Amino acid sequence: MTFGKKGTISGRARKLFSVLGLATLATTASVAHSAEPLKIGFVYVGPTGDAGWTYAHDEGRKYVEKHLGDKVQTTYVESVPEGADAERVITQLAAKGNDLIFTTSFGYMNPTLKVAKRFRKVTFEHASGYKRNKNMGTYFTRAYQGRYLTGLIAGKMTKSNVIGYVASFPIPEVIRGINAFTKGAREVNPDVQVKVVWASTWYDPAKEREAAETLILQKADVLTQHTDSAAVIQAAEAKGVYAIGYHSDMSVYGEKAHLTSTIHSWGPLYLKKAQAVIDGTWTSEDLWPGIAEGTTNIAPLNKAIPDDVKALVMAKKDAIKKGEMRVFDGPVYDQAGKAMVASGTTMSDKELLGFNWYIQGVEGQLPK
Amino acid sequence: MDFDLVVNILFATIRTGTPLILIALGEMVCEKSGVLNLGQEGMVLMGAVAGFMAAVVTGHPGLGVLAAMAAGMLMSLLFGFLAISLVTSQVATGLALTIFGTGLSAFLGASYVGVGIEGIGAWTVPLLSEIPVIGKILFSHDPLVYLSWALFGLVYFCFKSTRIGLIVRSVGENPEAANAIGMSVFKVRYGAVLFGGAMAGLAGGYLSLAYTPLWTEGMSAGRGWIALALVVFASWRAERVLLGAYLFGAASIMHLVLQGLGFEASPNLLAMLPYVATIVVLVVLANDAVKTRLNTPMALGKPYRPQL
Repeated sequence: MTFGKKGTISGRARKLFSVLGLATLATTASVAHSAEPLKIGFVYVGPTGDAGWTYAHDEGRKYVEKHLGDKVQTTYVESVPEGADAERVITQLAAKGNDLIFTTSFGYMNPTLKVAKRFRKVTFEHASGYKRNKNMGTYFTRAYQGRYLTGLIAGKMTKSNVIGYVASFPIPEVIRGINAFTKGAREVNPDVQVKVVWASTWYDPAKEREAAETLILQKADVLTQHTDSAAVIQAAEAKGVYAIGYHSDMSVYGEKAHLTSTIHSWGPLYLKKAQAVIDGTWTSEDLWPGIAEGTTNIAPLNKAIPDDVKALVMAKKDAIKKGEMRVFDGPVYDQAGKAMVASGTTMSDKELLGFNWYIQGVEGQLPK
Repeated sequence: MDFDLVVNILFATIRTGTPLILIALGEMVCEKSGVLNLGQEGMVLMGAVAGFMAAVVTGHPGLGVLAAMAAGMLMSLLFGFLAISLVTSQVATGLALTIFGTGLSAFLGASYVGVGIEGIGAWTVPLLSEIPVIGKILFSHDPLVYLSWALFGLVYFCFKSTRIGLIVRSVGENPEAANAIGMSVFKVRYGAVLFGGAMAGLAGGYLSLAYTPLWTEGMSAGRGWIALALVVFASWRAERVLLGAYLFGAASIMHLVLQGLGFEASPNLLAMLPYVATIVVLVVLANDAVKTRLNTPMALGKPYRPQL
C-alpha cells in the first residue's frame, strides 16, 4: 500500500484508510492460514538416503508430518551445495509460499540470512549457525554430550591407548566433538592419545575408509568419525578393531566393531517449531538442546562392553540429563598443559561455539 | 617412516587408483572413436547400485559384478541411441546421463541403504603373493584389481598392434574417410560406447562390492569427473592413464598418511595434492604439443551424419 507524496487523500483519511486496509489484510491472512496447511521447506546438504547427517534431519521432517498430519505440508531439496546454489534454492522455497524453512548445514548461514531479509513474512530456522534475524532463528544439538559418553567407552575399550578420529573440516563443531570425545576417554584412561586425520570431505566412503585404515596402521584400535558414511565402521570390522558411529545407529555395518553411535533426533524440536509458527507464538531464538531434551542420544551399546562400563556411561548420562554435570566442567587443560577452564567453573555456550583449540590428549597440531 | 607403512601405502595406492583406471580406460576407448561421453558419473553410480542390489538378491558378489557391467552398458546404450543414432549433442546428452544416473540410482537403491553384505574379499595369488614386499603390494588384492590390469593390457595391446585399434582410431579421426572405405562408423562407435559403459559400470561395482561394500547415494564422489580429466591429461594414452590414476591414488593416500604421522601442513592444502600432482606430472610428460595434438581424436565430440 503506497501513497504518492502528492496524494489527494488528507493525512487523517490516509491513516484511517491504511488501518482499515491492514485490518482487512490481517483477516484475509488469518483465514487463509487456518484453511491451508503450514508449508514447511527443508534444505539438505546431503542425500536423505544415507545413514548420516541429512538422514537424521529427514527423520525429523517425517516426525513433524506424522504428528501434525494435514496441518502441515513439507517439501525438501536434498544435496544442495553450500554457496550460491543454496541461496537460489532457499529463495525458491520462500517464493513458492513456504511459511517455515529449515536450512540444515553451517554453510547455509549467510544465504539463509540474505533470503530472510528479503522474505520478511517467512520464518527461517538455521541449524548450526550463529547469525539471527527477526524472522530467522538458530538451533543445534549438543552432539558433543554424546561424543563425551562414547569417549568414555573408547577409553575403556582401547588396549593400545591410541584412538583414531576421522574428521572432516577443522570448524568449531568438529573440534568440539574431538575435544568432548577426548575428555571422556581421558577421564577413564589418562594414557589415551586421540589421533585425528582430516579427510577434507564430509562424504566420500572410499576416502573415509582409507583414512580409517591409515589410523589403524598407526596403532589405533578404537575409531570414530565425524564424516557422513559408515565406511569407518566397515573398515574397523574388516580389520578387527572397534568403532563408534555418528549421526545414526550404524550397527548394521559392523556387528562386532560397532560399540555405539552418537545419534541426533531432531523430530521433537522440529515439531515444536512448526507448532509455534501455527500458533503464532514463534520468536527468533537460539536453541541448543541435548541429552536432557532427547535431541542427542547414544545408540544401544555393544555386548562386548563390560557391565561396569555400561553402568558408568548410564550414570554420566543421567548426571548430564539432570544438569548435575557438564562435559567441559573444569579443570580443562590445553595441549601445553595450561588450565584453560579453572576447577569449579565450566565453559560457556559462547566459548563452546567458538572452540578453536585442542584439549590435552589430542595428538598433533590443529590446522589453522 | 617404517617399512610396513610404505608397503601399506603402496597397497592402498593401487586400491585407490583402480576405479579411476577402469573409468578412464573406458572413456579413453570411447573418445578414441570420436564420442565424448560425460555420463561417466551416472554410469558408475548405476553400476554401483545394480551390482549391490544383484549381490544382495542373489547372495553372490560375482553376479553383482556382471550386473554392474550390464547396468553401465544399458546406460551407455541409451547414450549411444541419443548421441549416435539421433545425433543429439554429445555434451548435453552426457551431462543428462549423469543427472539421470544419479537420480535413478538413488531411487532404485533407496531400500538398500544400510544393508550389509560380505563383499568381494582379497584373493592372494598363490606363489606370487609370497614374494617379499612385492607380493603384499601387488598380489594380495581382490580379483577386480587384477581384472583392471588385464583390461589395461587389453586396451594397450589393442591400440598398439591390432586392426581393431586402428579401426576405432580411424573412426575417431575421420569418420567420413572411414565410412568411405567401408567401415561402419555407427557400429564402431556403438561398440566403443558400450565398452565405456561396461568399464564405468565395473568401476561402480568395484566401489559398492569390493572397496566399501555398501550402497549410499552418490558414493562415487566425483570419480567419474576425475577420470574424465585424467583421459585428457594422459593425452589419450593407456599407459599414461594408468600412471595418472596411480599417481592420483598415491597422492590421496599421502594426504591421509602424512597427517597421521604428525606432518604439519594444512589438510586442505594436502587434499589438493592429488589433483595438482597428477596434472603436473601428466602435463610434463605430454609437453610435446605436436604429439599431444596428434593424439587428440580429430572428430572428438562431433556428431557424425552419414552422407546420403
